[in-house]
Amino acid sequence: MQLPYTIYPLGDAAATISLGNIIDEHLNDKIIAMQQWMLLQSFHGQRDIIVAYSSLTVLYDPVLIKQQYQPASSIFEWVAAKLTEAFEKSTVQPQTPQQVIRIPVCYAPVFAPDLATMADEKNLSAQELVNLHCAHVYRVFTIGFLPGFSYMATLPAALVKPRKPKPVQVMAGSVGIAGAQTGIYPLDSPGGWHIIGRTPLPQFNARGEQLVRLRVGDRVQFYAVSEEEFYVLAAQEQGHITQ
Amino acid sequence: MSISVIKPGLLDTMQDLGRYGYGSLGINCGGAMDRYAAQLANMMVGNAVQEAVLEMHFPGPQLLFEQNALICISGADFSPSLNDQPLPLCQPLLIRKNTILHFPRLQWGARCYIAIHGGFSVDEWLNSYSTNLKAAAGGYAGRKLEKGDELISKESTIYFPALMKAGKDVHALPWRTATNSVYQFPHEILFVRGHELDALTPAAKDEFMQSNFTIHPFSDRMGYRLKGPLLHFETPTELVSTGVSFGTIQLLPDGEMIILMADHQTTGGYPRLGHVMAAHLPKLAQLRPSDCIQFKEISIAKAEEAFFAQQRDLSILQTACYDHLNALVCKQ
Repeated sequence: MQLPYTIYPLGDAAATISLGNIIDEHLNDKIIAMQQWMLLQSFHGQRDIIVAYSSLTVLYDPVLIKQQYQPASSIFEWVAAKLTEAFEKSTVQPQTPQQVIRIPVCYAPVFAPDLATMADEKNLSAQELVNLHCAHVYRVFTIGFLPGFSYMATLPAALVKPRKPKPVQVMAGSVGIAGAQTGIYPLDSPGGWHIIGRTPLPQFNARGEQLVRLRVGDRVQFYAVSEEEFYVLAAQEQGHITQ
Repeated sequence: MSISVIKPGLLDTMQDLGRYGYGSLGINCGGAMDRYAAQLANMMVGNAVQEAVLEMHFPGPQLLFEQNALICISGADFSPSLNDQPLPLCQPLLIRKNTILHFPRLQWGARCYIAIHGGFSVDEWLNSYSTNLKAAAGGYAGRKLEKGDELISKESTIYFPALMKAGKDVHALPWRTATNSVYQFPHEILFVRGHELDALTPAAKDEFMQSNFTIHPFSDRMGYRLKGPLLHFETPTELVSTGVSFGTIQLLPDGEMIILMADHQTTGGYPRLGHVMAAHLPKLAQLRPSDCIQFKEISIAKAEEAFFAQQRDLSILQTACYDHLNALVCKQ
């Protein structure tokens, strides 16, 4: 695979390899492959790996690298060589048919402060908008912003809407739209996404076996539930957590 | 117990050198804003540098010592006082029980630290003691300190009781360190160039390098907003989210800049003009709203050198502190 890439410093304790400035499944697959390679071949002083849409960032401790490997070059150049190696040696695993993770969402007005306005703007009925949102399978491209906040894409063109100019307070579980992305707020937080529903499934549990529900590379489809079903599911989840 | 919070400060949280390894789950690094001061305080009391320290903002808390303790206060100068006696910074202090530590006046800086011999016994979450306020995990119950909280040291043995002279509330051990070189020229912030720096218009690039920028009141542990000339790109730049780091200087769509600080999120979509070099993060962490800064570019190799020099000084200090403390223990 011949992909163009660039490696640049993100200060003096982090470096990024970028495969392009686009949302693309193949690039994201390659980023995941590089992450796996970096974790298996991890070097002394490697602190963390951040996976984004089409880039990978490694955070490192320059002092530990200097002590351990004593590179003749700058530490950045040494890390850049590691990233080049990760790019060249990592291989994208052949796609196994992946189970689609289904997430219940209640699109009732009480949970969807921005749905009516958005439907009006798009010349859709509320139901048509919900059907569109539920019709597609999305991919989790990256997790960031908040613990377990998964950025999913790509929305059908009819639902694309730039984020709000000013953030407002958003409740945990809220399902939002920003640009061509959709995502779920794992915690109460200020946010600029247009909120069209809420899921009763917690996305993040600081003390759970599994910290976050979704992982990069997961395939996700939403399905609509009524308010009654929302509260039943929420109560079940509550039970799981307290057990 | 050990130290009781009589009155909490503006924002008192337990921090260490950060939580690494969970960035891909959106769990940010956090940690002490001024990692130099945090390490120094731990070293002075004979701790490993990764121990938790208490990070305080002004107005600071009032703390009652219910037990004798060996502590060090570092970072910002909030005029630490024990009952009414002023205490020195960056010096190991033996504190007698039933005394109250408080911080009456802001003299300099923004973040003050306390380390206790043995380290604070607080929650470790994902290999770090740092408080993650959003996740409500790590540090002291995942939150800032409140009235009535009890801070306990992991070390129950109190050394050097013989040094506590009758009638005196505090005994300062006879060594201290100067931190001038770390905090000198507070307004000059050196940065490594960011990937989108050259996309600025030539005029904007000049403004970035030559103007004074003021730290906006809406600045906190997540980031510093800057006030100054608005900067613009030749053509508007749209980026998909990528990783960001402590010190990343982002340009927002309105032309203002934000410097990401310790509690920054893991990824960001704004163009990056530069990254404050690691050796200048401690002094940046000690600046306050309405303080002024000027940016100057430095090469990555020189930035690394500056950081190595700072860490080398710290490791010399650590050895010296161990030796001094050991000598005292042997004399007993």
